[in-house]
Amino acid sequence: MLRLFKKILTTGIVTEPVKAPKDVELEQLGIAIKRHIDRRYSGSIAIRQIDAGSCNGCELEIHALNNPYYDIERFGIHFVASPRHADVLLVTGPVSRHMQTALLRTYEATPDPKWVVAVGDCAACGGEFGVSYASCGAVSNVIPVDAVIAGCPPTPLALVQGLLSLCERH
Amino acid sequence: MNALNWTETLRQQLEEAGIVVDQQESAYTPHALVWQVAAEVWQQLAELSMLQGLRWSAGWAEQTGEQFTVHALLEKQGVYLLIRTSIGYKKPELPSQASVYPAANRSERHTHDMFGIKFIGHPDKRPWTRHKAWDKHTHPLRKDFPVQGSPEIITPPDMDYPFIRSHGAGTYEIPVGPVHAGIIEPGHFRFQAVGELILNLEERLGYVHKGIEKIAEGRTPQSLARLAGRVSGDTTVSHSWAACMAMEQAAGLSIPGRAALIRGILAERERVANHLGDIGAICNDVAFVFAQMQFSRLRENWLRTHATVFGHRLLMDCVIPGGVKSDVSDSDCRLIKQDIIPLRKELTDIITALDLNSSLEDRVYTAGFLPEDIAAAFGTVGYVGRASGQDFDVRRDLAYPPYDQVKFKVALENQGDIASRFWIRYKEIIAALKLIEQFIDLLTPGEILEEWHVPVAGSEGLGIVEGWRGEIIAFVRFDGDNKISRFYPRDPSILNWPVLEKLVLNNIVPDFPVCNKSLNGSYSGNDL
Ligand code: SF4
Repeated sequence: MLRLFKKILTTGIVTEPVKAPKDVELEQLGIAIKRHIDRRYSGSIAIRQIDAGSCNGCELEIHALNNPYYDIERFGIHFVASPRHADVLLVTGPVSRHMQTALLRTYEATPDPKWVVAVGDCAACGGEFGVSYASCGAVSNVIPVDAVIAGCPPTPLALVQGLLSLCERH
Repeated sequence: MNALNWTETLRQQLEEAGIVVDQQESAYTPHALVWQVAAEVWQQLAELSMLQGLRWSAGWAEQTGEQFTVHALLEKQGVYLLIRTSIGYKKPELPSQASVYPAANRSERHTHDMFGIKFIGHPDKRPWTRHKAWDKHTHPLRKDFPVQGSPEIITPPDMDYPFIRSHGAGTYEIPVGPVHAGIIEPGHFRFQAVGELILNLEERLGYVHKGIEKIAEGRTPQSLARLAGRVSGDTTVSHSWAACMAMEQAAGLSIPGRAALIRGILAERERVANHLGDIGAICNDVAFVFAQMQFSRLRENWLRTHATVFGHRLLMDCVIPGGVKSDVSDSDCRLIKQDIIPLRKELTDIITALDLNSSLEDRVYTAGFLPEDIAAAFGTVGYVGRASGQDFDVRRDLAYPPYDQVKFKVALENQGDIASRFWIRYKEIIAALKLIEQFIDLLTPGEILEEWHVPVAGSEGLGIVEGWRGEIIAFVRFDGDNKISRFYPRDPSILNWPVLEKLVLNNIVPDFPVCNKSLNGSYSGNDL
């Protein structure tokens, strides 16, 4: 036990400050709805992540948001286990046809108001996989998308900034 | 018995059984022999191979004109045997190997779904990869199936998959997924339980099937390497390495020594990154957050060096046909080496703290037990196999460059529980760190990319590497014009997923997440 405490104390706090995204960056993220979110969610959002067909690269970087460097919870952003608790759906991957109904149902199970963020190039435009007999391509081909965070996969910093822009407090 | 002996013995036995083998010349010798046989003896050949102790590693098919060629890859003592047979287009069928080798079960079902090839005597007639995205009478990998298919506007869910049912007082079912409660990939698990105890588990995967094999057709080598790097994002280096190795064989090209060493550094860095993440996640699944925080911090440090040196946090697209995308400078090498020193020290601190923690021990010792015989029967590979006594590692047993230039020990355990799969990962990290240092010391100035030759139409290649999850196979065949006509990547998960159904038995339902994490199969790599 003592070793454990020693390690915790010697590690200290490694969490890094994150610059709030600038207006230009917000535009890049395709977010015109920021103010609504500020009003509705009072600066705190609950996220349900859905892998709709990703290669799992995007998931690795979403995971990194919870590591001590990014510690996304300090911004009031947390991941929840059920779509019924969620304000935001974070969807990755091209939507595989085998996941299409599951994604639609998850979307329906999320209470209004809700926002959908497409994470990664695949979710944004189909990426390397495109549209085929097995893939519906971009998330917006299946459910309405409110914001896009591009990258293959997007870095945790890009994810933090993208999400912050959804719930930025002034 | 040395390796050549077993191929001779097997051949003699086949002759005695009246099986004619046509040994073909191939680019794969001496590591793999290619034997062409008649379709009727497909199963018999499997039976004799089983008696000789061969492991079933991969199976796939391809269409050439009006016929199909079915391939199966077997292995013993680091020597591979690629057996193949041709069958007609009209009524494609051949005897199943799945009744002999359980490892062939899902693979043959996949081949059936994708090509419409019937495996006679297969113990399981249910589809595997196909849900409802295409009709059961059409087969996406046939050449006359258009890549766009003819999907419905909304693909319905696969409601009528006949799961095994349980009857009797007190048993109940728990359906889980495809959308899970955490940040993980989708798949369905069907539990039968009594109280908290798991009586049976059935996996239903295929949800993230993206048509990788189909969309690979017609690609250039560069574009195939990109796609291969996305078969399973966490294994991007090794999958693109396997695909490139196969394409380079087809083109008759050998990569510069420096490029091989850099590939080695990349692959070992990928191994360390994933093992760091997994060790933390295993602890997190038993609510031991200290370890999760420490390991995810170490992983983040490690990934940042990836980004600094190689330009990508997950090392995507660093391996390209003919070599590697970018060189490492002397200062990069210094940085990589310097990084290792504090990592070793921190690992020692944290691991000692964990080792002394009885609440962690209570949850991971004896839980999720995979006996050696079951691991062997299913051909389990990688850390899951090595934690259950399966002493196989492509890096050592095939010794492809750059692993032919170094000496290293492959960690082996035989306890077979979650703790064993935890410790083996730790040992593999330590070994990988040493390998990275050795590779850096071996670097000499030179080229990092060999000029590409267009392979002749019909040429083929077989890439075999040890990814962080275990043995990866990639088969490639070229058309004319530098275009791919067939790509089949076999992720280690395909062999490892089935044993999850075994190792959870008699564990409690709440321990399923940690059992699953200790195996950590890739859904994407499985579903393709
Ligand atoms: S965007 Fe890239 S990392 Fe994300 S799912 Fe697609 S291929 Fe994988």
